[in-house]
Amino acid sequence: MNLLSFFNRRTSAPVARERLQILLAHERGIVGGKPDLVAQLREEILAVVRRHVMVEQDNVQVKMNRDSDISTLEIEIEIPAPVAARA
Amino acid sequence: MAKVLVVTSGKGGVGKTTSSAALGAALAHGGDKVVVIDFDVGLRNLDLVMGAERRVVFDLINVVQGDAKLNQALIRDKRLENLSLLPASQTRDKDALTEEGVARVLDELRQKFDWIICDSPAGIERGATMAMRHADVAVVVTNPEVSSVRDSDRIIGLLDSKTELAEKGGRIEKHLLLTRYDPVRAERGEMLKVDDVLEILSIPLIGIIPESEEVLRASNVGSPVTLNNPASAPGRAYFDAVRRLKGETVELTIPTDKKGLFGKLFGRRAA
Repeated sequence: MNLLSFFNRRTSAPVARERLQILLAHERGIVGGKPDLVAQLREEILAVVRRHVMVEQDNVQVKMNRDSDISTLEIEIEIPAPVAARA
Repeated sequence: MAKVLVVTSGKGGVGKTTSSAALGAALAHGGDKVVVIDFDVGLRNLDLVMGAERRVVFDLINVVQGDAKLNQALIRDKRLENLSLLPASQTRDKDALTEEGVARVLDELRQKFDWIICDSPAGIERGATMAMRHADVAVVVTNPEVSSVRDSDRIIGLLDSKTELAEKGGRIEKHLLLTRYDPVRAERGEMLKVDDVLEILSIPLIGIIPESEEVLRASNVGSPVTLNNPASAPGRAYFDAVRRLKGETVELTIPTDKKGLFGKLFGRRAA
């Protein structure tokens, strides 16, 4: 390992943290017997966006971070580039 | 009033038995009357970690089934007279644990002890559910590692739904015990930090036990780390955890095994 790669190395702990947050938001819904909020949000958001733009299911990312004081909902929708020459 | 405390985790190998022995011995060291019960029927190890493996005659299953009296099965620690062990059976399986039988044994123990520590087996099956069933307090042992955190999250869900206290509408007191923590690796971003785990699991922290050679050294000789080397980093961390468990406010620090130059050069002493 050279000095440069030592400094540029992406640390793995933040990856672990993010993976756990996504997974547990999902699993808590299932285990608790409650509807999976994140999955439900994804479906509904997708339906609304699709009224206007065609997006693929995989292009909608919904993330929820829970904290004792504040929870955040992060929604990322990838919209395809408009078809170039509309004849 | 006696308190029933379950030491649980879901995942195996994170330090439930080590922590049960260490917390039990530290509580007893402070003068409380303590019994530690091994719920890992079929795979008992608490007896070995506490150095009492050659003194087991009767076990938890014998008492649950009425084949032996509680006093015949309890093993008194040779170092601390107010510390006892109730071993698990090695030849039976966890189906032998009946809810009524366990409740009866715990009720009898409540008359004799201040703390009843239930060392849960790994998993979420009968042994684990029986160990947590009648608990007032839970210590969730977690390593700063993805599979351990996930399993702890699952166990917290069970503590909130499948315990007697939860079913009666009460709320079981839950504490996180973070074990095998390496502050240097966490600082480098190679290990989940204390705050990461706390944010994900959202239960209060009772202690941080640093990764240490002392833990293996203690189990090698069959002595809880809090008795074998109370001044060691894990020893001090467990003693701090016990003070918090008893309601004291103790500043959260991560003890370290400080080695002088001599220790660094000639660090390999025998246990």
